[in-house]
Amino acid sequence: MITEPVYVGVDVGASRTKVAVLDASKNLVGYDVQKSGTDFMATARQCLERSLQMAGLNESAIANAVSTGYGRTNVSFARDTRTEIGCHAVGCYHYFPMAITIIDIGGQDNKVIKLDEKGRRTSFKMNRKCAAGTGTFLEEMSARLGIPLEGMNYLATHSTDMVKLGSFCTVFSATEVLENIRRGKKIEDIVKGVFFSMIRRVLEMDSMTQNVVMTGGVVAHNLYMVRMMEEIIERSIQVPEKPQLTGAIGAALYAMGGSSERD
Amino acid sequence: MPEEKKAVRKKIAAAADLNNFMRDYYLELDAAAQKGTPKIAWCTSVGPAEILRAFGFQVYFPETHSAMLGATRMATEFIPEANAIGYSPDICSYLTADIGAFLKGVTPLEKAFNIKRIPRPDVLVFNTNQCRDVQDWFSWYGEKFKAPVLGVHTYRGVGEVTDKHIFSIAKQLEALIPPLEKIAGKKFQLDALKRTVALSRECSELWKKILDTAAAKPSPITFFDGTTLMGPAVVGRGTQKAVDVYQILLSELEQRIEKGEGAIEDEKFRIYWDGMPVWGRLSAHAQLFSLLKANVLASTYCNSWIFSALDPEDPFNSMARAYTELFIVRADDVKETYIKNMLKFFKVDGIIYHDAKTCPNNSNCRYGMPQRLEKQTGIPSLTLNGDLNDLRLLSDEQTRTNVEAFIEQLQEHRG
Repeated sequence: MITEPVYVGVDVGASRTKVAVLDASKNLVGYDVQKSGTDFMATARQCLERSLQMAGLNESAIANAVSTGYGRTNVSFARDTRTEIGCHAVGCYHYFPMAITIIDIGGQDNKVIKLDEKGRRTSFKMNRKCAAGTGTFLEEMSARLGIPLEGMNYLATHSTDMVKLGSFCTVFSATEVLENIRRGKKIEDIVKGVFFSMIRRVLEMDSMTQNVVMTGGVVAHNLYMVRMMEEIIERSIQVPEKPQLTGAIGAALYAMGGSSERD
Repeated sequence: MPEEKKAVRKKIAAAADLNNFMRDYYLELDAAAQKGTPKIAWCTSVGPAEILRAFGFQVYFPETHSAMLGATRMATEFIPEANAIGYSPDICSYLTADIGAFLKGVTPLEKAFNIKRIPRPDVLVFNTNQCRDVQDWFSWYGEKFKAPVLGVHTYRGVGEVTDKHIFSIAKQLEALIPPLEKIAGKKFQLDALKRTVALSRECSELWKKILDTAAAKPSPITFFDGTTLMGPAVVGRGTQKAVDVYQILLSELEQRIEKGEGAIEDEKFRIYWDGMPVWGRLSAHAQLFSLLKANVLASTYCNSWIFSALDPEDPFNSMARAYTELFIVRADDVKETYIKNMLKFFKVDGIIYHDAKTCPNNSNCRYGMPQRLEKQTGIPSLTLNGDLNDLRLLSDEQTRTNVEAFIEQLQEHRG
C-alpha cells in the first residue's frame, strides 16, 4: 500500500534520464530509465508518467519534485534543482550511512565524491574534459569491436588473458584496440582491458577511503567492473540495489527535505 | 520549471574613469606609433617598465593586448593561426592568440578605440618572471619588426630572496641601460628613474589598498571587477595618471564599505581565486558566482601587481627585489604561506584553483598544493579546468556543475 504524498527525483543525464518516486517512508515506489535523447523535457515527462504508473498514482500525489543532471533546468515539473554531485551524495548516504567514497561512472562523466560520517561532502572530483573512463568511452569501444554494449560485461567475465591498453586518450585507445584485433587477441581479453582502462582512469582521480560505493549506469550494466575494482583496491565495494537511480533517488530525498532554498 | 535567475551586481562608477584611462593610454601609443615619436618599447607585464618610462618611451604590454583578445572572445579564432606556424596549442594562449591575431591583421583595439594596428616597437624588453614563453613571444615580434630584443632572466622556485638574487637581477637591469640609451638616443638619468619608481610604488600601494577593501564584509569588489580594474596597475606603472585614477577608485570603494554595500547582493560565501581568469568568461563567471551568493573577492592574480619593495632611493636593487619577490617565481612553500595569509586576511570560505591548460606557471594546483593547503587550513577547494584565452579548453557545463556543487558543499558544512 503506497502512502501519499510522494516525492519525485529526476536525473537528466547526458545519456539516460532517470526518475525515482519515493513515498514518505523513503521507499522506492516507482522509477523509470529512458534514453535522454534530444528533447529532455519530453523524456523527463515520459519517465515521470511511467514511474507514477508503476506506483499506481497520478500526478496529484506528488508533494515536491527536484531535478538534477546535465538537463536539470529542462524539467518542467521540478520545483528546484540540485547538482548531480549533491544528489549522488545524498542518494548513496541513504543506503550506506557512513563515511564513504562514491565512484559514479556515468555516460558523460565520472565523479569521485567523499562523504564524512554525517554524510557531508568533504570533497568531490569530476573527470576532466576527455571521455576516458566514462560510459562514452565504453560506447566508443563497443562500436569499434562491433559488439552490443549490453554484451560487454559477459565477455569481460570470460577473459583469460587481459589485454592492457596504455593510452589515456579515447582515440589512441581505439587505435590500440584495432591493433590488438589485428594481432588476433580474443575479444573477451580486449573487453576486459577496456574495463581495466576505465578503472585506472577513475582511480587516478582521487584516493579512496575505507568504504567505497559504486554507482551509475555503467556500473549497473557492468557489475564485473566492480569485481575488478575490488581486486585492485583490495577490499569489498558496496553497490546500491539500483545503482543507476542513485542520483534520482538523491533528488527525491532533496524534494522530501522540503526546503527549496540553498541557504 | 526552476526559473533562470539573474544576479544583481553593483556597478563601480569609477570603472568609467578607468576605461577612459585605458582609452587615453592606447590613443597616446597609437599617436606615438604614427608620428614616430616618442619611441615605443614593448614590455612584459612585470618587466622593467620603470626604466623604459625613465627614458621617455611609450610602453606597450602585449599581455594586456592578448587579455583583450580573450575578454572579447576573439582569441580562440586566432590561436590556430599561430599553431599552424609552429607554436603548439599547448603553450601560452596569450602568445598564440596575439601572434595569430597579428598574422591576420586584427586587433581588439580597433573596435574599442578605432586603432587599426598595434604599435610598432623600437625595442622589446622582457622579464622571464612570467614564463619563458614571453621571451619566445617577444623574439618572434623582434624578428618581424627588425627591432632589438632585450631581456632579464629571472630565478624560479625562489625560497628566501637573498642578496645574490638581488645582485644578479639588479646587474641585468643595469645592463639594459647602455643599449636603451642607444635606442632612445638619450643618456640615462637616474633622477628620472627615481621618479618613475616612486610613481610605480605609489600606484602599487594604491592598488593594494583597493584590493584590500575586499577584506570588508561584505566585500565592495569582486575578483572579476579586479581583473578589469587592474589595467592601470599593469600598463600605467610609473605614471601619475595611474595614481590619479586609482585614488578615485579607492575613494569609491571606501565609501561603499562605510555604507555596508557589497559588490554582490547578499554575500554568503567568500571565495579566493588562484590562477589566471578565464578572460572570455569574466561576465559569465561573475554571474554564476553571484547567483549562488558567493563572492570571489580575492586572488593571487590581481595581487601580483603589488610591488611593495620598490624604493626610489635604491631603484635597481629595489626593482630586482620587487620582481623577485613576485609570487609566480617563488617556491611552493612560500606560495603556500602567501595564500594562507590571504585566506586569513580576506576571511575566505573556499578556494578555486583555475588549472589553465596553457599556463602552467599560473596553475598552482598541479603539485599537490590544494591538498596540502586544505590539510593545513581546513578550507576546502575546487579545481576548475580551463584556460585563460583558449575557449576550446573548457566546458561551461562542467564549470557550472562544479561551482554549484562546491557552494552546496560549503553550505552543508555551515549547516
